[in-house]
Amino acid sequence: MGDVLLQLNNISVVYSDVIQVLKGVSLSVEKGHIVSLLGSNGAGKTTTLKAISGLLKPENGEVTEGTIIYNGVNIQNQAPEFITRQGIIQVLEGRQPFKYLTIEENLRVGTATRFGKPYKQDLEMVYNYFPALVQRRKALAGYCSGGELQMLVIGRALMAHPQLLLLDEPSLGLAPLFVQEIFRIIKKINEEQQATIILVEQNARMALQVAHYGYVMENGKIMMEGTSKELSDNPDIKEFYLGMAASGIAKSYKDVKSYRRRKRWL
Amino acid sequence: MRKLSFHPCGNYRENYAQELNIFETDFGRVSLGIFLALLFGVAPFCLSPYMLYILNTIGIAAIAAIGLNILIGYTGQISLGHGAFFGVGAYAAAIMATRWGVGFYIAIPAAGIITALVGMIIGIPSGRLKGLYLTIATLAGQFIIEYVLIQWDSLTKGTMGITLPSPQIMHWQIAGDKAFFFLIFVSLVLMTWFAVNIIRSKYGRAFIAIRDNDRAAEGMGIPIFKYKLLSFGISSFYAGFAGALWAYYMVSITTEPFNLGLSVEYIAMVIIGGMGNIPGAIFGATFITLLNEFLRFFTGVLMNVPAIASWGLNMAPLREFVFGLAIVLFILIEPKGLAEIWRIIRSSFRLWPFSY
Amino acid sequence: MEFFLQLLVNGVCVGLLYGISAMGFVMIFKSSSVLNFAHGELLALGAFFFLTLVTWAKLPVFVAFALTLIGCFMLGFLIERFFLRPLIGEKLIFVIMLTVGLAAMFKGLILLIWGGNLYTYPDFLPQTMGLQFGAIYISPVYSATLIISVIFLVLFGLFFKKSAQGIYMRSVADNQKAALSLGVHVRRVFALSWAIAAMVASMSGIVLGIINGVNVHDLSSIGLKVFPVVILGGLDSIGGAIIGGIIIGLLETFTAGYLSTSLRDVVPYIVLVFILMVKPYGLFGLVEIERV
Repeated sequence: MGDVLLQLNNISVVYSDVIQVLKGVSLSVEKGHIVSLLGSNGAGKTTTLKAISGLLKPENGEVTEGTIIYNGVNIQNQAPEFITRQGIIQVLEGRQPFKYLTIEENLRVGTATRFGKPYKQDLEMVYNYFPALVQRRKALAGYCSGGELQMLVIGRALMAHPQLLLLDEPSLGLAPLFVQEIFRIIKKINEEQQATIILVEQNARMALQVAHYGYVMENGKIMMEGTSKELSDNPDIKEFYLGMAASGIAKSYKDVKSYRRRKRWL
Repeated sequence: MRKLSFHPCGNYRENYAQELNIFETDFGRVSLGIFLALLFGVAPFCLSPYMLYILNTIGIAAIAAIGLNILIGYTGQISLGHGAFFGVGAYAAAIMATRWGVGFYIAIPAAGIITALVGMIIGIPSGRLKGLYLTIATLAGQFIIEYVLIQWDSLTKGTMGITLPSPQIMHWQIAGDKAFFFLIFVSLVLMTWFAVNIIRSKYGRAFIAIRDNDRAAEGMGIPIFKYKLLSFGISSFYAGFAGALWAYYMVSITTEPFNLGLSVEYIAMVIIGGMGNIPGAIFGATFITLLNEFLRFFTGVLMNVPAIASWGLNMAPLREFVFGLAIVLFILIEPKGLAEIWRIIRSSFRLWPFSY
Repeated sequence: MEFFLQLLVNGVCVGLLYGISAMGFVMIFKSSSVLNFAHGELLALGAFFFLTLVTWAKLPVFVAFALTLIGCFMLGFLIERFFLRPLIGEKLIFVIMLTVGLAAMFKGLILLIWGGNLYTYPDFLPQTMGLQFGAIYISPVYSATLIISVIFLVLFGLFFKKSAQGIYMRSVADNQKAALSLGVHVRRVFALSWAIAAMVASMSGIVLGIINGVNVHDLSSIGLKVFPVVILGGLDSIGGAIIGGIIIGLLETFTAGYLSTSLRDVVPYIVLVFILMVKPYGLFGLVEIERV
């Protein structure tokens, strides 16, 4: 095992004092790895990310139990201003650009954690990763396509020099070819910038291809973990997430009887 | 005689009728009765005229504040025009009394109804606007009404003002603080009773639904525009009624008092008393009126202190300052208002010595 | 025709001032969705600070001007810190009433300290600033107004377009959650917008004081005139505020010139109601998308 960058110890998250979403989630992320978080809708993946990045507070959520340790610092329930300055940047689900700012201004907002430092070089770096953004740099983000926006929000996060990048569904609503492109870039960012990445994805196949390690969540708990290889070989994962029968061949919906298997899981 | 009921230690209500009860226990009913008996039987006969004057002002303010609470606290529509509505009521009563010699028993309710109509007109934008934008629209309403009151000389005698005859019923003149005390407080009791009951009705529930989420209320089949207008109407009826009482009580009226400051004062009553709470409006009216009187007295005393007088300082603006401070402090410290403080005090007595 | 042109010029000048007063208001609304009823009192405070510095402390005009701006900047900062911050996320009416309470407090304070009299600044504008175009005369005050307004507009444009803080402020107004996720200090942005708004307000208070004399009641009523201006422009558009201001300024001067002076003060509100009925989010405002 390498250095552990982030450690979640048995955390519980409660919204509005009543709605418990996470029920004791533990995971650890090694430095320099891509870790993917899989699971169906409502499993608590996004909440896990928000617990790490401190964005629960504006939504009236709170980590009620457990600890989140990042680089030896306790960061649970800290203000997002503090956490982002530790080098954790979250890319929100569903591409949230600043619609009335141009692409370049959007990127400049990413320098908020490094206020006052030169940013020109970072801009060049982002344009290197995403050459498509260069021609659109003066365009209002509100008028850009989904693909451009996805590049924009990832680029915006890169401007902050993140050590830990939390990506929430980067493939949402993108064309299959473009999804591959995005994942290729994610891999590249991981290698070149030495950024550790936690990747939340519905597209399990792609996620397991780029990730080193994976966790599967269900109902606010971690159900399974393992290296990407182990997970993609697991018969349950194959059946529930990769859409294949345990034997490895695509299977017809007629035969799906996943509820039996799930019972054993839960 | 049936058994007296006491506070249950939990929610043991079994049907809707119980849910709608005004008094949770017989104790509340009895204590209200005792309070009213004291109010009407003792207060007017042993208080000084000045004290009675303050009580009467409180009563009038309370009627208007209850009306505003129906609009703000229950329907969630913020109106900055309540002071103007109060003025419309006062002028309507004054004009009816002086021009047509209508008796007060008709003039006062009629003034209420006229004000309700005006209020509904000002409320029309609520069909399309909400929140901030509606607030600003009612602000415009306030200014426009003020302008009309001043400029429509032929009707309102402009800045000259109108003097009202003293109200008369069957050759019995209502004059003096004591007689007005009965007129005002009987009205207040009736208006409170009406307000408490309208909130328990279908209309009240619709208002609350609109306050909590008007889109959802619409989805449940509540015609929100109609109900918003109704709420504006009821609330301005209260304002007009109170304004008419005030006109009779003050004998002569000018346009001056019905400005934005008055509207703000009424909102302050609602907030300080407790939004969405009928007794709260009465508490708020009491608090603000007493605060005003106290500050008037206090600044008067300060002005007579030679040291300050020789400074040449005018202490009157201190009132405005403290008034603002009271609003700010209430919002920051106890946004649920006096009604909440009252509830906490009561329940801490009730639960003593095991207060958890 | 000359009368018309003269009114036109006066209207534009007054309107620019309204627009600039409204700008501070819009800035607060845009970043933190607070409707500031104490705006007129902030104007008045600025005007009175300046008055004290110029007449009592006898400072040179430019020093006094700069000091007033700095003082009001800090004042806005403190207001946000102590009064508005505890209310983040509270119901609309509480926020509105808080600013109303603040307005009463400030007004009381000003009356206590300076009283309700009408003061005038010493005459410091050189007569040469008066401009004569044919029959139309622009008095020194108005041309000063014009110059200051334009300078401020340019400065603000640069600030919001080029500086990092300005871009952060716009990003918070645009998408608060995304701004948070990138580490923008949102509370600092709120405080900054109050500070800048108070500063701008004090500036327009001073200029209004030069034109009409300094009086609490007059200046605080300007704070209410801001409402028709911003509704015309749309509550969330800074450029719209300027246009709205000019429209209201023209409306006022023309009503006063051709109809009656007493009608002048209500006309903006009448127009306001009509606009709200036709375009509920103002002429330049963004339509909010609501969902249950």
